[in-house]
Amino acid sequence: MLNARDLRFGFAGQPPILDDVSLSLEAGEWLGLNGDSGAGKSTLGQLLAGYLTPQAGTVTVDGAPLPRRGLRPVQWLPQSPELAVNPRWRVKRILEEAWTPPAALREAFGIEPDWMNRMPQALSGGELQRVCVLRALAPDVRYLVADEVSSMLDPLTQLDLWQGLRQIADERQIGVLVISHDAALLQRLCSHRLTLSDGQLYREPPAEQPDAQIATAPRQSPR
Amino acid sequence: MNQQPRLTALLSTALAALVLASALMAAAWLGDAPQQMHFDARLAPPGSNYWFGTDALGRDMAARTLAGLTLSFWVGSSAALLGTLIALSMALLAMLGPRWDALVSLAIDTLLSVPHLLLLLMIAFALGGGTQAVIIAVALSHWPSLARVLRAELLHIRHAPYVQISQALGKPRRFIVRHHWIPQVLPHCLVGALLLFPHAVLHEAALSFLGVGLSADQPAIGVLLGESMRHVSGGDWWLGVFPGAGLLLMVLCIQRLGETLRRAWST
Repeated sequence: MLNARDLRFGFAGQPPILDDVSLSLEAGEWLGLNGDSGAGKSTLGQLLAGYLTPQAGTVTVDGAPLPRRGLRPVQWLPQSPELAVNPRWRVKRILEEAWTPPAALREAFGIEPDWMNRMPQALSGGELQRVCVLRALAPDVRYLVADEVSSMLDPLTQLDLWQGLRQIADERQIGVLVISHDAALLQRLCSHRLTLSDGQLYREPPAEQPDAQIATAPRQSPR
Repeated sequence: MNQQPRLTALLSTALAALVLASALMAAAWLGDAPQQMHFDARLAPPGSNYWFGTDALGRDMAARTLAGLTLSFWVGSSAALLGTLIALSMALLAMLGPRWDALVSLAIDTLLSVPHLLLLLMIAFALGGGTQAVIIAVALSHWPSLARVLRAELLHIRHAPYVQISQALGKPRRFIVRHHWIPQVLPHCLVGALLLFPHAVLHEAALSFLGVGLSADQPAIGVLLGESMRHVSGGDWWLGVFPGAGLLLMVLCIQRLGETLRRAWST
């Protein structure tokens, strides 16, 4: 279980963005997080993935703090894939930075073989985002923080992305924290949702039934 | 790159290649021609026998100018290379932590606050003059401005999301430095070295002119210009004009190449 206890964080000279925030994410669980712009959703996501260090509180995975070296069991997926890849590397090198995804998985994410030799600038935002998501799914990764990963994509590409992710997350029991402004998307994807406001987390009533179609709908053929 | 800069880049590359080729071949090709004295043709003006004329000892100014440019090229490129290596090392050192960063920034600010020529003279004088002293003096006095650029670039890269993601994916620091940092700053280093080269060449000439650079028996451009000053009142213009024009041409074409590359990489 990914556990965050009593997290407090603020940037230098600013009042705390997060104050006494706690949450837990079970293996295989899909948890939604929304809130106004500037509420601290991305900051919380980066704290959970070890990109920022909390001023107080702890982040643990199965009771152990995040490792300082080696692959982190919690991976963060940022909103802009263009900033998440080395602009001088080809797609193959980017995708295989941490592991070599099998061909079947690449296909499941709609990643075409001819993309491998391209530079990232030659892919669209949606295509590059799929590469980034698959890159983060190294075998020892247990939790994902998906920070507005589909907000810049068209609905069909969004569906492709979430279907691919749902498939592998279900197979490997990966817990996913979905950060989004899109309440409808969170309702479709997640069993529980949280709202971040004034540095505090509030639990929303559980969704009646998370949309099973995301998991079962036939995949769109890559365009 | 559009057509105009591409043509300029091509021309300056060709000129720089020509200078490099002549610099590589001049020593073997000229032999002892720059030192050979022809007492029957002292201070001969430019003509069919001596294209650039001769000096007071009857030495061929064309051979001496070419030999001087060769020497300047080697001194300039060695100083530029050494200065770039120091700048890169200092920029990497600044990334080790806030204390190292403060120390490197202090060294950069301190050295930049001292006038160039004064620093050059002091270092060259302390090292006793000569080729090595000039190279070290130019490198030691010119690394700070490039180090400042490289430090800023490394600070930017260090906090780039893709580098932080690489860390989260378990890549060790050595991998990140080698595969993310260095390839990103290498173009800056190359352009920095090319832009440092003209400074190095001109400062070598200035130091030799002032007498703390290369020794008088070496036909360095600064030495030739210094000698020409003694004959300027006699109307022997060719003693200063040809070495000066050669130096100017070399500096301009290398600087042009550096500028074109910098613009090409920044667009």
